Amino acid sequence: MSKIVGKQHFSEHVIMLEIDAPRIAKKREAGHFVIVKIGKKGERIPLTISSADPEKGTISIVIQIVGVTSHKVASLEPGDELTDVVGPLGQATHIEKKGTVLCAGGGVGIAPLLPIVQATKNAGNKVITVLAARNKDLIILEEQIRKFSDEVLITTDDGSYGKKGLVTEGMEEIITREKINQAFVIGPAIMMKYASLLTKKFSIPTVASLNTIMVDGTGMCGACRVSVDGKTKFACIDGPEFNAHDVDFDELLVRLGAYREEEKESYERYLNSLK
Amino acid sequence: MTNTETYLKKEREKEWRVDLRKQIKNKERISKTRVKMPEQEPDIRNRNSSEVNLGLTEEQAVNEAQRCIDCPNPTCITGCPVNINIPKFIKKIEGKDYTGAAHVLKETNALPAVCGRVCPQEAQCELACFYTQKLKKPAIAIGHLERFAADYERNSGNISVPETSKSNSIKVAVIGSGPGGLAAAGDLAKYGYHVTVFEALHEIGGVLKYGIPEFRLPNEIVDVEIDIMKKMGVRFVTNFIVGKTASIEDLKDEGYKAFFVASGAGLPRFMNIPGENYVGIFSSNEYLTRVNLMGASREDYDTPVLKGKNVAVIGGGNTAMDSVRTAKRLGAERAMIIYRRSIQEMPARVEEIKHAQEEGIEFMNLNNPVEYFADKQGRVKRMRVQKMELGEPDSSGRRRPVPVEGSEYDVDVDLVVVSVGVSPNPLIPHAVKGLNVTDWGTIKVDQETMQSNIPGLFAGGDIVRGGATVILAMGDGRKAAAGIHKYIQEKVIK
Repeated sequence: MSKIVGKQHFSEHVIMLEIDAPRIAKKREAGHFVIVKIGKKGERIPLTISSADPEKGTISIVIQIVGVTSHKVASLEPGDELTDVVGPLGQATHIEKKGTVLCAGGGVGIAPLLPIVQATKNAGNKVITVLAARNKDLIILEEQIRKFSDEVLITTDDGSYGKKGLVTEGMEEIITREKINQAFVIGPAIMMKYASLLTKKFSIPTVASLNTIMVDGTGMCGACRVSVDGKTKFACIDGPEFNAHDVDFDELLVRLGAYREEEKESYERYLNSLK
Repeated sequence: MTNTETYLKKEREKEWRVDLRKQIKNKERISKTRVKMPEQEPDIRNRNSSEVNLGLTEEQAVNEAQRCIDCPNPTCITGCPVNINIPKFIKKIEGKDYTGAAHVLKETNALPAVCGRVCPQEAQCELACFYTQKLKKPAIAIGHLERFAADYERNSGNISVPETSKSNSIKVAVIGSGPGGLAAAGDLAKYGYHVTVFEALHEIGGVLKYGIPEFRLPNEIVDVEIDIMKKMGVRFVTNFIVGKTASIEDLKDEGYKAFFVASGAGLPRFMNIPGENYVGIFSSNEYLTRVNLMGASREDYDTPVLKGKNVAVIGGGNTAMDSVRTAKRLGAERAMIIYRRSIQEMPARVEEIKHAQEEGIEFMNLNNPVEYFADKQGRVKRMRVQKMELGEPDSSGRRRPVPVEGSEYDVDVDLVVVSVGVSPNPLIPHAVKGLNVTDWGTIKVDQETMQSNIPGLFAGGDIVRGGATVILAMGDGRKAAAGIHKYIQEKVIK
């Protein structure tokens, strides 16, 4: 059991929870994730750690409500307990001084991007960050991102904040303006696919952090397998970050949809049960 | 004579055993036929998740126990990886002291109700039984009797907790709560150590929980045995991955003096053939974990699992049998085993193959998948298989399967479970600097003490063996507990 010690609403569907997890807070590095489970009969889902406070012994996760489990987790209030939290999992982000680094985050993907922006900046890089979302409400953690970025460019699909347009348009503006040595892209799979096609065109080494379906998160089940450079990898132990230009995003998109119908049905059932 | 032999002799000469031997003539004992385990009917059990084997009645158990002639030189024990005093517990059953029989089991076996269900006795104690070896008759049903005694004690509501030595407050860490870890923890607690078992998952039991299905080993039975260990003073910490949540060094700083790594063979193998990552193709680990550990087939659990009408399970081991029988129970119209060798070479237990056949599982032996095809949504819909024939024996002594050129044909499938083995979980080997591992990634240990090249770090079970059985892992756990005891007494305390 891990106690919730803080909660922040970013928007109606996106919230941040601060969880008491002293050991994880101490060990965690940028790129790491945790697996959480809510209730005895709950499901295990992976969530990237967006920040940690080793002194206080807490980690923060950002969750977007999309189904039963995320809904239940997002409903927790300070003082409540999350049944299971395990981690830190995955390989930490490989950070080094490269020069100018472009970080692009889409929607809730901005949360896992934050520790990377932070670490990249601390490693002495010039950091330019592009934040993108459907609308203004979904642009999260802007202030924290700004703290560690030399420049921040915001795009929204509907133009309600920053520039109207897609993340790739924001990225291209930067790329055509100045020399970029390295890029990180995190967000929905479809966003990462197009962001990575763009950086490939400009031959910019790019890392993507994949949000696959997982069960155990320790390499045991293979639910998270992805094709990288034609080879099957496990996102949980080999990743979650990979060379974006080698990732088969189309396969990833198909695999992410494996339970779409079941998830939709059970979420509707769950929402009805709340009425 | 060794100490063990002397001990066994002494036990055998006790009055109650001598008396029992006198009561029935050996000729009469030998003339009895081996008991048949009562089972649920195949057409009923393949639609529910209750146990297939129902357990012996008292009368059946006593009658079976009477078959055992209480040999002067009991070879059966040599076949047992945890050295159960087999004749003694069987004779306790014959004398109707069933709880006494359970106590004998618990002297050396932390999980008798589990072993009585899932041990491959036909390849161990029952293979070494006098009946098998000398009389060429069906062995004493040692496994069935073990289960009977353990179940009797549990159902009596008066389950015993093995005695432990006075606590010595020395901290020992066990990594992994599967059969190897539990066996080690039990013995270490008996020696008086302060034992903590670290488990990566949210449930204790490892493969006993996530792997072996309810119809072979109900989780409830595992939980009862774990409760006993808690009463013996063993501490369990779930959601804790040694090497991630804390390192071995961290735990040393926290006072742990020795470590037993029993982290299992975590990594599922795939065949690396085209289309293997389509939706609807699982590893057996994932499929069984979703159903067994996460309760995916039950309405009130949140984890989903894809269901299939035409399910193919690739492989011929016990895990393949567990997967295909699970698929049948979840409503598959066709549940098939696709295995590249013939039925004789299958590594699965004979009992599991027989049960599967009775339940309507199709065995497509001498077939091997070569490619998968999917529908527009990326869900597998068809597989291409190639026929095989058996050639010369390979290094395993089994005849090598050779593809028959031009024999490919297609089979409609909407769910595939790949059960072609596992590789050792690299988490610990990666997390411990300087640890000696084999080319396969298994940890190298001393065969007697189970100690690795790093003093105080011991290992056993699948992380050492690659892929083996519950009972071999337990045997390793016991050996390691003895090794740790010796290590601490000699190196830490002095």
